[in-house]
Amino acid sequence: MRQLVQELLQGNRRALARLISLVENDDKRKAEVLPELYRHTGKAYVIGITGSPGSGKSSLVDRLLESVRRDELTAGVIAVDPSSPFTGGAILGDRIRMQEHALDPGVFIRSMGTRGNLGGLSRATREAIQIFDAFGMDLVMVETVGVGQSEVDIVKYADTTVVVLTPAGGDSVQTIKAGIMEIGDIFVVNKADYPGTERTVAELNAMLDMKGAEDWRAPVLPTVAVRGEGVDRLWEAVLRHRELLESSGRLQAVRRERARQELADQLEHLVKSWIWEKIRARVPYEEMVEKIMARSMDPYSGAYRLLEEIDFPLPQ
Amino acid sequence: MREKRIRVLIAKPGLDGHDRGAKVVARALRDAGMEVIYTGLHQTPEQVVEAALQEDVDVVGLSILSGAHMTLVPRVRELLRENQAGEIPVLVGGIIPEEDARELKEKGYADAIFTPGSSLEAIVACVRDLAGSK
Ligand SMILES: Nc1nc2c(ncn2[C@@H]2O[C@H](COP(=O)(O)OP(=O)(O)OP(=O)(O)O)[C@@H](O)[C@H]2O)c(=O)[nH]1
Ligand SMILES: [Mg+2]
Repeated sequence: MRQLVQELLQGNRRALARLISLVENDDKRKAEVLPELYRHTGKAYVIGITGSPGSGKSSLVDRLLESVRRDELTAGVIAVDPSSPFTGGAILGDRIRMQEHALDPGVFIRSMGTRGNLGGLSRATREAIQIFDAFGMDLVMVETVGVGQSEVDIVKYADTTVVVLTPAGGDSVQTIKAGIMEIGDIFVVNKADYPGTERTVAELNAMLDMKGAEDWRAPVLPTVAVRGEGVDRLWEAVLRHRELLESSGRLQAVRRERARQELADQLEHLVKSWIWEKIRARVPYEEMVEKIMARSMDPYSGAYRLLEEIDFPLPQ
Repeated sequence: MREKRIRVLIAKPGLDGHDRGAKVVARALRDAGMEVIYTGLHQTPEQVVEAALQEDVDVVGLSILSGAHMTLVPRVRELLRENQAGEIPVLVGGIIPEEDARELKEKGYADAIFTPGSSLEAIVACVRDLAGSK
């Protein structure tokens, strides 16, 4: 493991791929690796791309990479697709639209299934961001599954969040889920070659204006990803947002909050795993379930009883 | 708890534009619980190998209907070796005459070959086998 970490820090792409697999598989050995890597992180800028399925996220990432490379920056891409909740299998197809940079040594694209984390941006994604960061990528772009919790989760890990929408057609923008309006630092109306674009842009702007004055007013940018139109302006907006975060000290604040969250998550994770390990080893858990079913025990007292049995030092 | 999942690259190197077969196989592998990285049409061997490395796959599956298998398959194997990834098994699906298939296997370019009409069960079992042997 030591060796793998050394190789990663020296820029070995095979080591990068292997380490991402390690966190994806929740391999026990990652406990040796992640603490080692952490002090090499904190340099990469993280961009989250979210939005409904098929809105053009992958195509936009592909085009954004052009701007990124023109500015002589390197980028890791994490493209998340849903896993089947029944078999756990997945078809990860985001690469199809990311072929422009398939051979570019400054770009590394990794597809991930959501696996157990239905909808949520998993722990593995967060750890993969850290691995890219330690590897030395200037940017990490995360394309999330555009449904449910992950749309909101992305804000926790991204410095700039881009929400991709499409012309609403007959529908009004009002039908967009409320949460989405809150998380976007930049809104993109992609497929601007379709009718209804102007109206969608105008409605989004009206909604954003209602949010009142802030130091950053999220811009609404039409793009045609397949032709690369509007992508330069999108990249400029990302850079402007980054500049604002940096100059206003908000980036520090955001990252402090992230550090706080990571520490809390890790704490909960450790305590939870510890408790489950003890309980599995020592307590006839299923017996308790049967008692609760028979109403001779209730889950409230049951939980206390289990903790007592593993000598968990509960306060009185 | 997450667990190790078999990851398979399904790629279509070369110029032919038919990916129906590749998609059917991709779906069967997904339904068997695997993660299938699908890269689309017209891939060069360089693109295939780079994707295999970045995605850290257990098996590379190549769908070739263009007749160019005798150049494409050896090239993919060669590039894998050049990248210290020669151990990744390569499975080929397509219209491959018997004597070509024998040669590709004997020379170690392909680990398994399936021609049209092969059962999906057999392909899934073979991928699982190859992934285990890596
Ligand atoms: N007309 C038009 N089609 C586009 C545009 N951008 C993307 N598309 C097409 O929309 C489809 C979906 O594009 P993707 O980039 O795969 O979208 P996505 O949001 O990544 O999709 P998922 O990852 O499956 O959620 C593809 O067929 C693209 O070619 C655009 O600006 N205009
Ligand atoms: Mg996509």
